[in-house]
Amino acid sequence: MPESVLNALWVLPALPLLGFVLNGALALVRPGAKTAVSVIGVGVLALAFAAGIAAVVEFAGRHPAAPLVVRYWEWLPVGSLRIDFALQFDQLSAVMVLVVTGVGALIHLFSVGYMGADPGYARYFAFLNLFVFFMLTLVLGANFPVMFVGWEGVGLCSYLLIGFWFNEKINADAGKKAFIVNRIGDVGFLIAMFLIFQHTGSLDFAEVFRQAPVLAAGGGVVTAITLFLFLGCTGKSAQIPLYTWLPDAMQGPTPVSALIHAATMVTAGVYLVARCNVLFAMAPVSSSVVAGVGALTALFAATIALKQWDIKRVLAYSTISQLGYMFLGVGTGAYAAGIFHLVTHAFFKALLFLGAGSVIHAMHQAYHATHRHEDAQDMRNMGGLRRYLPWTWALMWVATLAIAGIPPFSGFFSKDEILVAAFARAGADPAWYAFWGLAIVAALLTAFYMTRLMLYAFHGPNRTGEREREHLHEAPWVMTAPLVVLGALSLGGGVLNLPELVGGHAFLHHWLAPVTQVADRMRPAIAVSHATEWALVVGAVVVAVAGIVGALRLLKPEALVPARLAPRETGLGRVLWHKWYVDEIYDRLIVRPVMWLSREVLWKVIDMQVVDGLLVNGSAAACRALGWVGSRLQTGQVGVYVVVFVVGVLLVLRAALR
Amino acid sequence: MYQTWVLTALIAWPLVAALGVLLGPARWAKHLALAASLVEFALSVPLWWTFVPAGGMQFQLDVPWIPAWGIRYTVGVDGLSLFLVLLTTFLVPLSVLGSYTYITTRERGFYALMLVLTSGMIGVFVSLDLFLFYVMWEVMLIPMYFIIGVWGGENRLYAAIKFFIYTFFGSLLMLLAILVLVYLVRQRTGVYSFSYLHLIGHMGALGPVAFWLFAAFFLAFAIKVPMFPLHTWLPDAHVEAPTAGSVILAGILLKMGTYGFLRFAVPFFPTVALHPWVQAGIVGLSLIGIVYGGLVAMVQPDFKKLIAYSSVAHLGFVMLGIWALTLQSVQGALMVMINHGISTGALFFLAGMLYERRHSRLIDAFGGIARVVPMLATILTIVSLSSIGLPSTNGFVGELLVLLGAFQTYPVATTVAAGGVIVAAMYLLPALQRVIFNPLDKPENEKLLDLTPRELAVLLPLVACILWIGLYPTPFLRRMEPAAQHFIESVRASAGTGTAAR
Repeated sequence: MPESVLNALWVLPALPLLGFVLNGALALVRPGAKTAVSVIGVGVLALAFAAGIAAVVEFAGRHPAAPLVVRYWEWLPVGSLRIDFALQFDQLSAVMVLVVTGVGALIHLFSVGYMGADPGYARYFAFLNLFVFFMLTLVLGANFPVMFVGWEGVGLCSYLLIGFWFNEKINADAGKKAFIVNRIGDVGFLIAMFLIFQHTGSLDFAEVFRQAPVLAAGGGVVTAITLFLFLGCTGKSAQIPLYTWLPDAMQGPTPVSALIHAATMVTAGVYLVARCNVLFAMAPVSSSVVAGVGALTALFAATIALKQWDIKRVLAYSTISQLGYMFLGVGTGAYAAGIFHLVTHAFFKALLFLGAGSVIHAMHQAYHATHRHEDAQDMRNMGGLRRYLPWTWALMWVATLAIAGIPPFSGFFSKDEILVAAFARAGADPAWYAFWGLAIVAALLTAFYMTRLMLYAFHGPNRTGEREREHLHEAPWVMTAPLVVLGALSLGGGVLNLPELVGGHAFLHHWLAPVTQVADRMRPAIAVSHATEWALVVGAVVVAVAGIVGALRLLKPEALVPARLAPRETGLGRVLWHKWYVDEIYDRLIVRPVMWLSREVLWKVIDMQVVDGLLVNGSAAACRALGWVGSRLQTGQVGVYVVVFVVGVLLVLRAALR
Repeated sequence: MYQTWVLTALIAWPLVAALGVLLGPARWAKHLALAASLVEFALSVPLWWTFVPAGGMQFQLDVPWIPAWGIRYTVGVDGLSLFLVLLTTFLVPLSVLGSYTYITTRERGFYALMLVLTSGMIGVFVSLDLFLFYVMWEVMLIPMYFIIGVWGGENRLYAAIKFFIYTFFGSLLMLLAILVLVYLVRQRTGVYSFSYLHLIGHMGALGPVAFWLFAAFFLAFAIKVPMFPLHTWLPDAHVEAPTAGSVILAGILLKMGTYGFLRFAVPFFPTVALHPWVQAGIVGLSLIGIVYGGLVAMVQPDFKKLIAYSSVAHLGFVMLGIWALTLQSVQGALMVMINHGISTGALFFLAGMLYERRHSRLIDAFGGIARVVPMLATILTIVSLSSIGLPSTNGFVGELLVLLGAFQTYPVATTVAAGGVIVAAMYLLPALQRVIFNPLDKPENEKLLDLTPRELAVLLPLVACILWIGLYPTPFLRRMEPAAQHFIESVRASAGTGTAAR
């Protein structure tokens, strides 16, 4: 290890890359070497986390106001365009690096147990390491294109890992859908880059943000740039209208859902907005779009989560909803609050997913032991798991209380900060009253559906099956230990940014101040009185408690029957269970028409009949016909030749004499 | 010595070697051809180091050929053609090695034709005399005709004749245009000359005839690119051609069209090329190529046809980049030309390897084979990702530069073209899924053999290039920048639009 980690920033992404190369090679030549794979796979993450801590400590010692930029090599030097492979480290990257490597290391460790029996073990760890490499590239990139390498790279790993069990079509389909939907967003990212280059002549973060003032604040250009960037965010971070890939992404192994589709990759969009806070601050229209879409998504996804039976799908919609809160935060201009929620969400949502993984692991083993083919993820097949998985049960309650926003759990502080900021912003901009209202209702639903999940999975009678029941048991320590760590973080994560209201120092807020200072100055001054703030806090807690109590009162786990016997949903429940039919609508309105147009019109009519048939082979046929006519003239009969000759001469004479 | 003779050696050596292949025993044919093409590659490699980026046209040799008609043997290389020469010498040995088991009949003929084809291709890229260029253009046409027509698939004759007549039609028009051009310049200067530099130096304003001359060149090159609606020969030719034929066809021959635009059509007739209507037409056709090519590729049941239509889309990016006339877009176009040669070449190799295993080109003949042939699946995935332009692969470098540069000239059109990036994922990823993922439900696929060392030797150099260019394209960009700059400035200057390239 070099003396200064900051001077060797490349070590951070290089470690997981090394893991990928080694594990990838093992996957191809010796897939059975599981011990080596585990040591490499988890080892590089642990080392990366250690390096990350060292880097942050060293950085905190210097605490510079500007990001530390290290250029490695010239990547795309063309004329005035200069794009280097360059990394940067600042307060925001520091937070992201710690989350990615820290939570990542825990999830890698969990995977050792969860994936232990899988024949694709080496391939799994290779992809997971590769993901961390790209994620670190994303958060450390010093310019838009390098960030984009990470941005699409994590999408690639997501694709590979969603479709990890690729021999089932549904998994491969889900991976493909994730990639293509993300690509739609990525085009937004690309166009934003083109606009940025056109107007600032650079793609380096430092240079672009320095030059940002030359763009007219609130003008069309900066608005277009930020809206296109946000289009990218809606893809990567699963917001309306591009969120549909994330629930399907649950086809991947559960630790993948925890790492990629909850804790890290899907938060990249929030990171992007926070990173470009200068641009978003200059574009109030875009900021309200970000906040509005975030609030709307928060509520919309929460409604769907109410009626899902698959434990992972509930969590997937919950993730979409929570990402909505983060966008509400950064769209409001409360960048620190958005990032704070990103961090606490990484803790409690990773915990929820890993807990769900632990449940699924137990369910799967139970069904495996008795050779029954039931859905191991359907909550109607669970029930009463508290007795068999006490650790998982307790820890998942911690996470549930955190996500519901019950003090003093971490989620309470971060969600509350967003809500307060949104309410405060409404003073200057009444649209935020609506956003705040959406978010409050979503908070109610969040508490409700999470309690529902806990109730159905862990409480009430067990519905797994008589013989299966005895095979249900807690997972080995490699899986439980990460849960315990995440539980502690979900409980205590709030200390990162204790608000001044309760006598804290808002550490994260001050830590991020150098990154957001320009934007903070541009934001309309918003302050609410302590009394209002207290009222908001109490109100939010009341809402959360109402959600929990409501679920406990209204839902009857005793009345549930196993999935196979369950009656069909009716009414609104059916609409929610069908996710508002959005996938079906997209399919009818976009996917099928495009396929039909391509196959039946473009290919079969235009290409085959018009271009190739009529024009190409048609002209060939015309030539042949002409040749045929010509050959007919050659009859060999002198009389015909004479007639033709005479007529020809007459015509020529007539033309000549006229 | 090397400076003067290398290009001539690159043209002559394959011809000599072809003779050797023909005269040698049949069972040696492929080995001799491989050795010869490796020698050819080795001959060309020092070009990389000895090339001086700012040096303009270099490695020139200029001797009289048919003095009475002002025809000379003039060859040279600049930043526009350097990489096309290197790409040719790089792909040919791989194509030969990739044909080892594919070609089982009349081997001597096949390998000799491959070598003759090499001469023709190099000749096209280095000719600085229009008559010589025309001759080389035809020289490469004939071997390809036979390669498709003799060693092709079931419908090979139709495809070969279509390929031939299409290209030949264009090249005759081009010959006519060349003759008129020489005549017109002679009227002005009193000298009969086919020399590229002489012609371009004394072209002056041609008046209305310029439009028709441009149209003739346009047809010849647009067929080769191919641009919509002149593209339908390509799927047929690709599907029927043997693997090596497809690789060379996609990798090199298509680039002759775009190279023709860069070297001749646009610099000769800049006012026509930059006429608003012509611009609109060509940019429009490029967009159609990108979107239409991609959408039609998406619904192809035949893997080779899918790749063929995807070429239409990729080459659309090149045309857009050339016409946008910014430094980024033109260099991006050059990069896409190289990348398409590498990635699409690799895709055709892989399609051929799949074909050799299952004797089917249909995507649905496969499914789930990643478990059976992990190496092949891995490489197919990497190559597909490069073809859809994943960052850190070569495909991204080219497409980003084209789009970034073209956006400065045609923001709306480029926004549409950027949508092609989505379409690319829509045609290649489902195909990839249907080949290597999904259930392994066909018993024939359960016993497939993974890549042999020979096949790895064909593919790994291509994969290495995919990553090299993706991560460190700077050596390429540095070498092509002055030529691209010169291209843009000369076109802009003679078209009378003064804005300098950024």
